[in-house]
Amino acid sequence: MLRKGHIFKWYMGVFLVFLYAPAILLPVFAFNDSSIVSFPLKGFTTKWFAVLQTTEALHVAVRNSLMIAVTTALFSTLFGVLAARASTRFAFPARRSIMGFIMLPMVLPEIIIGVSLLVVIIQMGFELSLWSIILGHILICTPFCIAILSSAFMNLDQSLEEASFDLGQTRWNTFWLVIMPLVMPGIVASLLIAFTISLDEFIIAFFLAGTEPTLPVYIWGQLRFPQKLPSLMALGTILLVLSVSLLLVADYFRRRGIRKTGIESKGGFL
Amino acid sequence: MTQPIIQLSGLDKFYGNFQALSQVDLDIKTGEFFSLLGPSGCGKTTLLRSIAGFETPSAGTLHIDGQSMDGVPANKRPTNMVFQSYAIFPHMSVAENVAYGLKARKLPKAEIKTRVAEAIAMVGLQGFDARASHGLSGGQRQRVALARALVLKPRVLLLDEPLSALDKKLREQMQSELRQLQRAVGITFVLVTHDQEEALTMSDRIAVMFDGKIAQVATPEELYGKPRSRRVANFIGMMNFLDAKILTTSGERVEVDVQCFGKLTLPLAQATGGLEGCDAVGVRPEMLTILTESQAADREIEAVISEVFYYGDMTYYDVKLPFKEDTVTITMRNTAGRSILAVGEKARVGWSASSLLLLK
Ligand SMILES: Nc1ncnc2c1ncn2[C@@H]1O[C@H](COP(=O)(O)OP(=O)(O)OP(=O)(O)O)[C@@H](O)[C@H]1O
Ligand SMILES: [Mg+2]
Repeated sequence: MLRKGHIFKWYMGVFLVFLYAPAILLPVFAFNDSSIVSFPLKGFTTKWFAVLQTTEALHVAVRNSLMIAVTTALFSTLFGVLAARASTRFAFPARRSIMGFIMLPMVLPEIIIGVSLLVVIIQMGFELSLWSIILGHILICTPFCIAILSSAFMNLDQSLEEASFDLGQTRWNTFWLVIMPLVMPGIVASLLIAFTISLDEFIIAFFLAGTEPTLPVYIWGQLRFPQKLPSLMALGTILLVLSVSLLLVADYFRRRGIRKTGIESKGGFL
Repeated sequence: MTQPIIQLSGLDKFYGNFQALSQVDLDIKTGEFFSLLGPSGCGKTTLLRSIAGFETPSAGTLHIDGQSMDGVPANKRPTNMVFQSYAIFPHMSVAENVAYGLKARKLPKAEIKTRVAEAIAMVGLQGFDARASHGLSGGQRQRVALARALVLKPRVLLLDEPLSALDKKLREQMQSELRQLQRAVGITFVLVTHDQEEALTMSDRIAVMFDGKIAQVATPEELYGKPRSRRVANFIGMMNFLDAKILTTSGERVEVDVQCFGKLTLPLAQATGGLEGCDAVGVRPEMLTILTESQAADREIEAVISEVFYYGDMTYYDVKLPFKEDTVTITMRNTAGRSILAVGEKARVGWSASSLLLLK
């Protein structure tokens, strides 16, 4: 007879397999010496990675994606800092509902954002470009940045600011000498999260891409050609490693920030 | 007399409809150790923060060193503050914390270095210069906060309950260190506390506050010996109250009818807060004596012991006087040959008219 604990263990095991098995298949087939993605495995090769090096269209897509992700990360973090600072330090009318509206895109289906931005941009007579994707990505990334930065700003003891001011420093310098260093881990985490979200976002990028595809859009386009599949597996492997490393780095900074200010950790990604 | 370093007059502070300070008039003398004492929520912090420049008074004037502080922001005032949380910058070392204000003043590097070293030595933190400030103990953090403020040689140092986060032992040690430090630097200290013992032992003068108003400003002895109202008397130490009725006044003397003690003539000076509205006399527990068989007093009254609290060096008795509902507390030193009385025993209580205060 199975006891309760066993059922739970089985459930967890199955859940984890479904969650991670597909991702683990990526590197397996990326190094498989066969142009058909199926078992049994044939042999070890790195040629699929070499193919990536010579694919010009891929390089353009990567450049587009990086440009979009970096710009998005910078802008959404900037907006996040402003919003987090405002919401934690200043009381203004209807603060809660305003913050609620700002956070809404977090749960809004991306397809709605994609379609509505597309309609607006076309109607206003603008050409679709990388900037239209950046606009969409800033919209979906900013709420995440605000969430991360709010907790960084909230953990900041207000008397630190007052002490700096009291010791004769100006408000402007106080911001750079006291507030920024203490929320810096939050800012780094916010930059990394926004970068990661933007990098693998598909729907908005697909709707607003125009003639310049991002990496996910490029990959989607290539899936029509079965012979390209193994090199996509190689590409996927690289992306997988990069995403996981970014997430680890982001969490490292968040934790270091918490340790530095001597505050107890209140959960996190990992 | 030199002019007061801090002059407050008619200070009001409203938070919305709530009045946190009401008509505060206060002069703080140059170089004194001044305490703001009062129960929680009476407005001590609000008053201190108004002096520091973190709160803008709704009405009234504030002068520091003869200069109006109207429109002068906190970073331009000749005051520095030690915060209750100490507010040590966690990303800076001890020395960087102490140097912070000097750097803001853009002093030459060499001067900053010597002054920081002096200040760190002054608070007894030699060798801690390079230590990261997170991970310091409570007492050490407080010393850093003190050094960081004193290194700027402010005209006034403001301290908001700086000792309340420390344990009892360390608190007592820091009380005497703080007092010594103040004497050594000669800077005016304004200390906020809700601990009456702390205020009495440390201060040159104390302002007692209730509900946003200043009830009395006096030296510790005056405050304890001549409180101006029942409320102050009750807040500073213990005091017994007996109902009293003023009968007549003639010249410098006033005739009163006191519960249990009967008709008395007291000097007008014993109505410390003025005669008007007086309806009680107060007497400190140590001003009453339980007489031994051989002792006698000018005035005595029969009483029954209803509670005994033995403290080793002292014994606190709660006694019942005839025709008075509440018990009266008497403290007696346990000197040689004095036996501890038991509950229910009869006792003769000696008192003297000169130790009675007429209060409202
Ligand atoms: N920013 C504020 N907004 C509204 N009310 C406030 C504000 N600051 C203080 N108060 C109120 O003003 C009153 C006095 O506060 P204050 O902090 O000066 O008291 P305190 O004497 O320092 O008390 P404690 O010993 O508890 O620190 C309190 O009732 C408090 O609730
Ligand atoms: Mg307070």
